[in-house]
Amino acid sequence: MTEPSPISGTGTAATTRTPLIEVRDLATHFPVRGSLFGRGSSAAVRAVDGVSFDVYPGEVFGLVGESGSGKTTLGRSLLKLVEPTGGSVRYKGRDLVPLSERDMRPLRRELAFVFQDPNASLNPAMTIGQGVGHPLRIHGLVSSRSEARTAVAEMLERVGLHPGESFLDKYPEDVSGGQKQRLVIARALITRPTFVVADEPVAALDMSVRAKVLELMLELKRELDLTYVFITHDLATARFLCDRIGILYLGRFAEWGDTERLFDDPQHPYTRALLDAIPLPDPDRRGRDKSLPRGEIPDALQPPLGCRFHPRCPVAFADCGWEGRDLVDALEERWTDVDEDTFERELGMVGNLGDAVVGDDVVRFPSAAPSELAAWLRAEGERLPTSVFSAVEDVETGSDGVTVRFRPGPEPDEQQVAGRRVACHLHGVTVRPDGTHVGDPAAAASAEAPGSQR
Amino acid sequence: MPSQLRVRLEHAARPFRQASRTAKVLVAVGLLITLVFTLAAFVGPEFHEYDGIQYRVEQEDGSYEQLPRLAPPSSEHLLGTTRDRYDVFARILDGGRLALAVVLFSTLIAMLIGVPLGLLSGYRGGKLDRALVTVMDALYVFPPLLLAIIVAFLLQAYLAQGVPSAAAAVGVVYIPQYFRVVRNHTLSVKQEPYVEAARSLGAKQHTIISRYVAFNVIQSVPVIFTLNAADAVLTLASLGFLGLGVQPPTPEWGYDISQAVIDITSGVWWTALWPGLAIVTLVTALTLVGEGLNDVINPLLRARGMSGAKLDDDAVSTAGGAARDGEGTLAPTADGDHGDDAPGGGP
Amino acid sequence: MSDGPTFVGDTPTRTAPVADIRGLRVGYRTPRGPLWAVDGIDLQIAPGESVGLVGESGCGKSSLGRGLVQLLPPGAGVRGSVELDGEELVGASASALRRKRGDDIALVFQEPMTRLDPLMKVSSHFIETIRAHRPGVSKDEAHHMARTALAQMGIPPTRVDDYPHEFSGGMRQRIMIALAIVLQPKLIVADEPTTALDVIVESQILDILDRLRRDESVGLVLITHNLGIVAETCDRVAVMYAGRIVEVGPVEEIFRDPKHPYTRGLLASTISLETTELHTIEGYPPDLIDPPPGCRFNPRCPDRMPHCTQIDPVLTPVAATGAHQAGFAPGAHQAGFAPGAHQAACLLYPGADGSRPAESAERAEGDSL
Repeated sequence: MTEPSPISGTGTAATTRTPLIEVRDLATHFPVRGSLFGRGSSAAVRAVDGVSFDVYPGEVFGLVGESGSGKTTLGRSLLKLVEPTGGSVRYKGRDLVPLSERDMRPLRRELAFVFQDPNASLNPAMTIGQGVGHPLRIHGLVSSRSEARTAVAEMLERVGLHPGESFLDKYPEDVSGGQKQRLVIARALITRPTFVVADEPVAALDMSVRAKVLELMLELKRELDLTYVFITHDLATARFLCDRIGILYLGRFAEWGDTERLFDDPQHPYTRALLDAIPLPDPDRRGRDKSLPRGEIPDALQPPLGCRFHPRCPVAFADCGWEGRDLVDALEERWTDVDEDTFERELGMVGNLGDAVVGDDVVRFPSAAPSELAAWLRAEGERLPTSVFSAVEDVETGSDGVTVRFRPGPEPDEQQVAGRRVACHLHGVTVRPDGTHVGDPAAAASAEAPGSQR
Repeated sequence: MPSQLRVRLEHAARPFRQASRTAKVLVAVGLLITLVFTLAAFVGPEFHEYDGIQYRVEQEDGSYEQLPRLAPPSSEHLLGTTRDRYDVFARILDGGRLALAVVLFSTLIAMLIGVPLGLLSGYRGGKLDRALVTVMDALYVFPPLLLAIIVAFLLQAYLAQGVPSAAAAVGVVYIPQYFRVVRNHTLSVKQEPYVEAARSLGAKQHTIISRYVAFNVIQSVPVIFTLNAADAVLTLASLGFLGLGVQPPTPEWGYDISQAVIDITSGVWWTALWPGLAIVTLVTALTLVGEGLNDVINPLLRARGMSGAKLDDDAVSTAGGAARDGEGTLAPTADGDHGDDAPGGGP
Repeated sequence: MSDGPTFVGDTPTRTAPVADIRGLRVGYRTPRGPLWAVDGIDLQIAPGESVGLVGESGCGKSSLGRGLVQLLPPGAGVRGSVELDGEELVGASASALRRKRGDDIALVFQEPMTRLDPLMKVSSHFIETIRAHRPGVSKDEAHHMARTALAQMGIPPTRVDDYPHEFSGGMRQRIMIALAIVLQPKLIVADEPTTALDVIVESQILDILDRLRRDESVGLVLITHNLGIVAETCDRVAVMYAGRIVEVGPVEEIFRDPKHPYTRGLLASTISLETTELHTIEGYPPDLIDPPPGCRFNPRCPDRMPHCTQIDPVLTPVAATGAHQAGFAPGAHQAGFAPGAHQAACLLYPGADGSRPAESAERAEGDSL
């Protein structure tokens, strides 16, 4: 098997360190049984849909996204707590994906996972001593119970629980939330792992307590020489903690790279939206202009065509992958703004939206007055809320209604832009299946030259 | 290590300390009555003059004097005698011993089969699960008494009519209940993060099933145990009433009632009343224990390990523990988890 | 500058508050004794004002929110007074409360599905609410009102007759807000309305709440743990700790110049995009069954003084940029009838050691549950 070429995302041509973790085209699809039709051959929830990145020893790599972005599934897929359906995850050069559960078990000594909910991640039926010490026994790192107790007490002290011994015979329910999270960390790190995936470790804690736990994690990283992948939805924490971050949207990276560059100058509209959306504890910045995307994260079962973010993107344009669904949504959005009579009239023209037939690049409205509707669409289309109409190729009238046909837009590839990688049509060049370019062909030519894709 | 055991016991006793007064009273009263019955049944016969199947008394001169027939309660025969000249009190005591023995064995049989199957089925899932669920549902749907009768009939070919066959017949009826409850609880525990955490640590599957799942699922068993025990007394009595229980004239409450039915028309009330009362009292006692245990254990099942206690009555009784919760915990926010202020901050 | 009503320099006579809370206590029974989650709150909310109630777990803000609308579990005890538009809610009959709820005071909770019936169309929710409080309105009119309210929230008219489960989380929350405002209540109480939502959707909802703030006819009580939300949507903020309000005042002042050590600690420990250093507050929140003597924050306070364990501070006006001891109406209950002023309950400031006579009497008789 050929060694994957490292992608640091920072644009530096040569990386002196070898990555600890190399993820290539990782995909985790959950098949859906039943009659739900989906795109492509089989219906599946494409929680992780093609993610590639490297993690270097000693760094903190952030996976940032909202719920539904796939970040939790990605974190679990990295450690095979959920089986990936495609791609590879190399740990110290060895691909974990094809390994059986039995083969993975000894590796779990070196691979740790810190869970999100401190109240539910500890076994209520085990004492703290037993629970935190269990990994030691699993991997045969201690030979007697007293040895285990000593090791656990030491670890408890390390995570800030003093005196460690007093906690050994308590149960998780006897301690507070913040202390429980320290226990989760203690349990994860007691085997001295190399690589740690932390899934929202502080999301469930109060603000005044978060900092303590984050400090603890940073300290332990230094002391124990750890490498973290830190999953969170909180950009502020990510900025503080992470060396590099990746912004996930519907199972793929929208943008990833060096944290500072990403935050100072976000290149993807989604990143910009996330940054704008954060409520700031500063009343003077109230009412600032936020380019908020519309709507919410869509269903991963039927992700939008082309660029996944296009239905919500405030700056989407013709090539972003507009489709039938978007026209229906645009009409609905328009109707929230117009008065009742206009709405009734237009609805009458369009017909029952529920009966509209929506395909990939077409939508057919069962209109009772097809020519009227077609004329109206051609006239008003450009003024509809999104730029959906810019991708319309054709408006046909037929006996069964009006069919609107769209020009297909491809999914953007990752481009190297301003020191990070972005998947957005606003940057770089993507080649359509038919050979035409999205973006500047001249840039495409230079991009294809060898050695420049870093 | 004795200190480990002490810690475990103390942990097990915790729900009782935090339980509401009603719950504690229920359990205490129920246990007391059951204890009285048990003592009477096993120790009583030592002190009681008559035997359950004794119908005559040996005299000094070697001859036998028959016990009176259908004698009303007196100082001689506290609860009277039956048509067959048996002392009713003696039969109640012996019947109690039988009932307790059968009930114990039958519930043990049901538990030892139902619980492991439920665990395995719930954790493994797949075809095994589907097959077992079908079988158990079929058994469950069967009218319980009818099922017991059928099993009793079938077993008659292999076992003599006695405690083992009665226990088996009664036991089979309750296997589905253990199976169901344990399986359902396993299904929900399986989803808990700490089970996934065990996997992430590298634990083997059998360790996960025993130390992470079973230990947590086991809490639901004692309640079913006592409620089943109550029901088992009734089932056994019903079998006995139909003559399908133990071999007559072995004292058995249900059988005695069936024999006493005729007496009622002739105004004899003591042959039916006492066995009847015995059944009712023991069943009630066991039910009290079961309901009390339910109150004690189940509020904890709701509050423990859940992200965010809703402001309900039961949260109040655990709020004492919650108020101790130092560093504040919010309900998790990401990935669809909602919740109000967590146990650390409910009020 | 806030667009909402200001109290700076008001004359003693002014419009009556839409909500007037005095000496409110909310307690629960526990095996160890009564737990007073809310332990003596005085707060006035002016018509059209947006007030944020902020605090961490265990501070009592949720109980306060529920105490405001009298939606507490059985067994919870309420003491004190909550007047809504002059009408007393504490101890009011169930039917009187039902009348007020929905009409004068509306609720938005964290999880919209607790209020939305999955078996009822969204429009039916509206029709039911409208006709319950305005019997004269016809079904068609109610349907029209529903459509208008929903359209304002960005819900297209074509979806008005869908069922709640057909909407996403963010849309459901918008439906909740629309349901809350359709009868033009005087006050909306929102308890962590965006905690369960993603940051972008949260931002959309906050925009809506901000719009409401600028609409001066609807008052808003926004309960949250997130200081950023408060900064974006509220005119005034009250910081809660251990069942009490420790600081209250205009949002700009509190954020620019926090006076109470807890508020300072809270602001410092909030991680924002500009955070370069992590700060925490030492220690843990206190046990509310047996709170520490004197100031409840004193065990954790970096500015603690010897007498902080002896005196329980009350809210006292603190010098702020510009506003100074505004609006004391003669003869009014002192602790709190300067609703617009910046106040803090800390012995660092003069006046905080004022006794609380009315409260100690209430406490004596009301302490058992």
